[in-house]
Amino acid sequence: MTLAASGLSYGFPGRIVGSEVDLSLASGEIVCMLGPNGSGKTTLLRTLLGLLAPRGGRVTLDDRALGEWSARERAQRLAYVPQAAESDFDFSVQEIVEMGCTPQAGLFAQPAASDRERARAALERLGIAALAPRAIHRVSGGERQLALIARALATGARYLLMDEPTASLDFGNQALILDELVRLREAGQAVLFTTHHPDHALRIADRVVMMREGGIMAAGGTGSVMNSQNLSGLYGRPIEVAVLTCRDGTRRRVCVPIGGLPDRG
Amino acid sequence: MIVSRARYPLWLAGACVLLLLFAAWSFTLGKFPISAGDVWRALWAALTGAPSGLPPSVDAVVLQVRAPRVAAALAVGAALAGAGAAYQGVFRNPLVSPDILGVTAGCALGAGVGVLLAWSHGAIQLAAFVGGLAAAALVMLVAAWVRGRDALLTLVLTGVVVGSLFGAGVALVKYVADPYNQLPAITFWLLGSFTSALPRDLPVTLVPIAVGLLPLLLLRARIDLLSLSEDEAKSLGVPVVALRLAVIASATLVTASAVSLAGTVGWVGLVIPHAARMLAGAAFARVMPLSLVLGATFMLAVDTACRTLFATEIPPGVITAFVGTPVFIALLAISFRRPA
Repeated sequence: MTLAASGLSYGFPGRIVGSEVDLSLASGEIVCMLGPNGSGKTTLLRTLLGLLAPRGGRVTLDDRALGEWSARERAQRLAYVPQAAESDFDFSVQEIVEMGCTPQAGLFAQPAASDRERARAALERLGIAALAPRAIHRVSGGERQLALIARALATGARYLLMDEPTASLDFGNQALILDELVRLREAGQAVLFTTHHPDHALRIADRVVMMREGGIMAAGGTGSVMNSQNLSGLYGRPIEVAVLTCRDGTRRRVCVPIGGLPDRG
Repeated sequence: MIVSRARYPLWLAGACVLLLLFAAWSFTLGKFPISAGDVWRALWAALTGAPSGLPPSVDAVVLQVRAPRVAAALAVGAALAGAGAAYQGVFRNPLVSPDILGVTAGCALGAGVGVLLAWSHGAIQLAAFVGGLAAAALVMLVAAWVRGRDALLTLVLTGVVVGSLFGAGVALVKYVADPYNQLPAITFWLLGSFTSALPRDLPVTLVPIAVGLLPLLLLRARIDLLSLSEDEAKSLGVPVVALRLAVIASATLVTASAVSLAGTVGWVGLVIPHAARMLAGAAFARVMPLSLVLGATFMLAVDTACRTLFATEIPPGVITAFVGTPVFIALLAISFRRPA
């Protein structure tokens, strides 16, 4: 049971953004997509979500072509977590999460007590049940992102596709989101996320897909792919992956740009 | 202050009761005062077909003059407020109003042409209705043909452009019109009034309003999703394009019918959904029914004031503008000062 792309060309009518993409995502794993701005990450993510039709090759969801699922069936399996953006309306966190019940309800269904419970359960899974009545505008960026993840969980989807879930979050909130993604993996969810922080891939990803100019530059297990040479090639400047021994004795790999002037501090 | 979810049905019921009481009171007011008891007897008699035992003049005032007028005010208020709430959701902008698609301008042009050609009252209403739908259709066609990068912005801009085109048409009609008879008639029509609400014309407007409001009520919980980004709504399994078209078509039908009855009454569609949102929160499942009730109440209040405050009637569009403009400025200030 996977979300898989094989020989995929993707893009817009009349404009191919990338081609020959193979990748897969299964339950209980985190895959991270890295690449410079304009490398096609978001367009590929939208194609995998079924929001853009493949321009060639195929995308399969649980062994069936993605396009063959009805929109509702697809939404019950595959959820999108956008970057936390401002809505022009003052929805409460509870209302935002309840929207995740839409794939289960019909077109004309009105909010029911079961939806309320479902949203409540999703909020509790992420430990933010106390935020339910708060306006989505008035919670922190990290909490807003958690609310969007809760909405994705409320759909009942197994596959969660996240577009830069840590973008525009402060350092503490980035770590908070990463910890939650690990917890979701332990619970059997499949998580695919894009990021501009290679350190986030090093920290939680099982596998990494490196995108450059629409195609896959390198892909594989995090340990083997995330090396200095690949990262330097990916971002077009010298980057080193170093090993840091932390105070608590754990060894962590971190990614730093090198060259240029020595540090000030 | 936002009413809690559990208390919302109570508030909605309370608003309905207030509306009924206010409607009853409005029936008693006017140049020919009638007691509440007589109003009740006349209406009850009309419903049951039994004789009311009242003087025929009282029966006539209640049934032929005030009942259509109250019904028209209630329907137009509910229609404009419901359409406003729907447009705001679809265009993802709380500061949008039914005027946005150029529907109002289209209705005005249709009616202007009707007056110019000396059509009957019913035909003028129909012309206004067709003009409004034509404007909406033109906007959607042009927007689809342009295929802008931002579909919603394209639609809004097209609405402004088409609105000004139809506005130019209205100006031309006014210029051509005979300044002694036709020009005043067109001007009065554009200002809006319920004086012309006649029992035989009502079904022509009330039925389309009901037909348009029904899908808006049924789909109201899905309008929440339309107010998200298109990708989010689609990824939640919603047929975004079809749903958006259905909501826009329903709201336009409702607006055109309301305008064809009462003229270009502005501001109700903008201000009332805001009031509903302040009371009930942002969810359209709750905003929509409350908007209908509040819109009906507001319009009835405005029309009652219009026909009782002064010796001559003032157009309701004047009062809604006087009330709406400061409220809009206040909303603008509140929404821009909101902490991020």
